[in-house]
Amino acid sequence: MNTASASNTHTISALPLDSGQLLENAQIAYETYGEPNSDASNAILICHALTGDQYVASTHPITGKPGWWERMVGQGKPIDTDRFYVICANVIGSCMGSSGPAAIGPDNKPYAMRFPVITVRDMVRGLVALLDGLEIAQLHTVVGGSMGGMQALSLAANWPDRAARVLVIASTARHSAQNIAFHEVGRQAIMADPAWSDGDYYASGVSPDNGLAVARMAAHITYLSEEGLTAKFGRRLQDRSSKSFGFDADFQVESYLRYQGSGFTQRFDANSYLYITRAMDYFDLAEEHGGKLADAFAGTSARFCLVSFDTDWLYPTAESRHIVHALNAAGAKVSFVELSAPNGHDSFLLEHDELGRVVRGFVA
Amino acid sequence: MTTKSSSDLRPDLAAIAAHVNPDSRVLDIGCGDGDLMGVLEAEKGCDARGLELDAALVGRCVARGLSVVQGDANTDLANYPDKAFDYAILSQTLQTATRPDLMLDELLRVGRRAFVSFPNFAHWRTRTALLLGGRMPVTRALPVSWYATDNIHHVTVDDFRDLANAKRAQIERAWFFADERAIGPFGANWRAEFAVFELSR
Repeated sequence: MNTASASNTHTISALPLDSGQLLENAQIAYETYGEPNSDASNAILICHALTGDQYVASTHPITGKPGWWERMVGQGKPIDTDRFYVICANVIGSCMGSSGPAAIGPDNKPYAMRFPVITVRDMVRGLVALLDGLEIAQLHTVVGGSMGGMQALSLAANWPDRAARVLVIASTARHSAQNIAFHEVGRQAIMADPAWSDGDYYASGVSPDNGLAVARMAAHITYLSEEGLTAKFGRRLQDRSSKSFGFDADFQVESYLRYQGSGFTQRFDANSYLYITRAMDYFDLAEEHGGKLADAFAGTSARFCLVSFDTDWLYPTAESRHIVHALNAAGAKVSFVELSAPNGHDSFLLEHDELGRVVRGFVA
Repeated sequence: MTTKSSSDLRPDLAAIAAHVNPDSRVLDIGCGDGDLMGVLEAEKGCDARGLELDAALVGRCVARGLSVVQGDANTDLANYPDKAFDYAILSQTLQTATRPDLMLDELLRVGRRAFVSFPNFAHWRTRTALLLGGRMPVTRALPVSWYATDNIHHVTVDDFRDLANAKRAQIERAWFFADERAIGPFGANWRAEFAVFELSR
């Protein structure tokens, strides 16, 4: 993968981590859109998902593709940059300019597996430090889908005064056994690649792209739905009229997954994939608060909105409802809606009129 | 979106809005597009929450800044703590419940008081339609045919009073409506198209 030149970088001299370690000179790369008002009370923080980055509404410097949520963020969009000051930062552990295993450590060598294991709360601690740096006392809204939703929940639970509104889309308060299982398949694929070299591959010029691609292929299936895959590919063959009786990508779905896998290796670091999936697997918001999820939100004055999709089997509606019940028990102001969409977990990134209306209305 | 004022509300909702104490915590079960919640928040300073089955209606509520959870009142009231609300409101939904008696228990568990409104099946127009027509009534108050209606447990004013008694619920107040206007309690089981009861336990 290439290293991106990040637009803005905030440096944290020492970031304390849940593991007890300190991450010194932690870098947070971020993008902003729109302008802050006098007290920055129009600030919206958008938290990205596992393989996302800070380029929420601007061209990705490596792929050249549009921002990952341009449907939702921009002038006149549901999160309207004419009105809101939008911040999106690359989480620590990632690889788009924020400190992660590919970053250079104190000994002028890449951290690799010497990078400390981080948690979702550590990511959010980094984001809160960025908000401090930007002199944003309280966000108008913190928004996130998938792992971004975990960060939004973690921010609401651990820094309850820092966001007036919390919007959580297609997410969960804890990783299930099935979630952890799929991540473990991905990690094992990376670590089984000889090029991984115990994570110390940065100087070799060869990175574990095969393993990372397989990890992405497996994960990508979990982001879709059977219905969506059938509609998009069915059993159609790829550029051929009959089966090859071999192991080429005969089927369109195979070709698609291979393309997704190899494209991903161009923009993502394999070790970052290990660290971030680990952080997600460790995520259990109730566990952090004595085992009772409602206690995580005790006394909160924020307004919450949760959205799930009916075909999302990665973080199914029941997970959102679990959070809603806890928020109800805590007396929090909460809205929840399950939207209908054919595309599984990925639906939150795709065109969805109703999602747009809900987001626009909630931040209004 | 423009917020309705109390004078624009359906008569049963207007009666409820008029008798909710200011600054109360309210759960509106089957809140629809949130008209009653909007009035309670804007005019009574209430902290209103809603429960609504229809995702599109929930979306509209969220878009107008209301806190509404998509869910099924038959099952999801169980997720609210005891006496979490000053009022639990069930407007024109009781007769659609799987078990109206159990739903009434839940209302009086999560709310200190409950408002329940429903179409009165013993209204003279319904009685006449059944008596003379010999078919399940399709009237102004009950406009959907028997095979398509959501109203699976038709109820009358007197039936409801009996249920309240059986549940040891106190009927605090009651309001009756016919032809979009309030009418007195005399002969309500014949005369009322709609009824609203305020209960406590």
